[in-house]
Amino acid sequence: MAYLTDAKRAAGLGSAKTGTLDHWRMMVTSVGLCGLIPLFVFTFGYALGMEYDAAVAYYARPFPAIVGILTLLVGFVHFNMGVRVLIEDYVHGFARKAAIIGMTCLSYTAAAVGLFAIVRVAL
Amino acid sequence: MADVNRGNRPLSPHLMIYRPQWTSITSIFVRITGNGLIVAALLAVWWFIALATGPQAYARADAVITSWFGDLVMFMSVGALWYHTLGGIRHLIWDSGRMLDVARSEMFGQVMVIASVLLAIFTVVVI
Repeated sequence: MAYLTDAKRAAGLGSAKTGTLDHWRMMVTSVGLCGLIPLFVFTFGYALGMEYDAAVAYYARPFPAIVGILTLLVGFVHFNMGVRVLIEDYVHGFARKAAIIGMTCLSYTAAAVGLFAIVRVAL
Repeated sequence: MADVNRGNRPLSPHLMIYRPQWTSITSIFVRITGNGLIVAALLAVWWFIALATGPQAYARADAVITSWFGDLVMFMSVGALWYHTLGGIRHLIWDSGRMLDVARSEMFGQVMVIASVLLAIFTVVVI
């Protein structure tokens, strides 16, 4: 034992055997969204309220379309991980599993609908 | 009978016991804003799919989102979005081991509240 470092003796003894990957993914998507959110707010906000033809022409341009696709993709993955933490804190038993599965379906469905729509308008 | 005294034991300190602090309240609002943003996110997705569907569907979605109530929801949401973004930046700073003392955490919380309101107004004015 005398040859072990303190870190080695403590490794694996904590309550959290896994879970660091969730935290890391949250950090990665957070950093991504720091850049994407300002770009999305000002491109989407600019297009909001436009006439139909103008809005289609705007989202046919590469920059607003790619920003929109990335923001919806990263945003809904980030939301899904965040709402899972919320559910795990306040909902218990069967309802917890049902809520997590339901919100995961909602997140990926919304992301797919948004992505399909932008790609269809852009192409 | 390991738990004969169930229901009559002292509770550990929690939300109802502690006086509200800048750190706890701003943290709670990061959670509320983050999850509440699903409303604006779904409205944005609706707007996009309506745009892909055609002029009639677009006119309906755009009318709802830019109505006075839609504008109110979007204004609140953009404020929530800036607040949550600043809260996320605060978490990234904390995760790097910086600004962990109470004084600077509280100061950052106060800056978040003021900055998100100003950024929301700025966004609406620019757009």
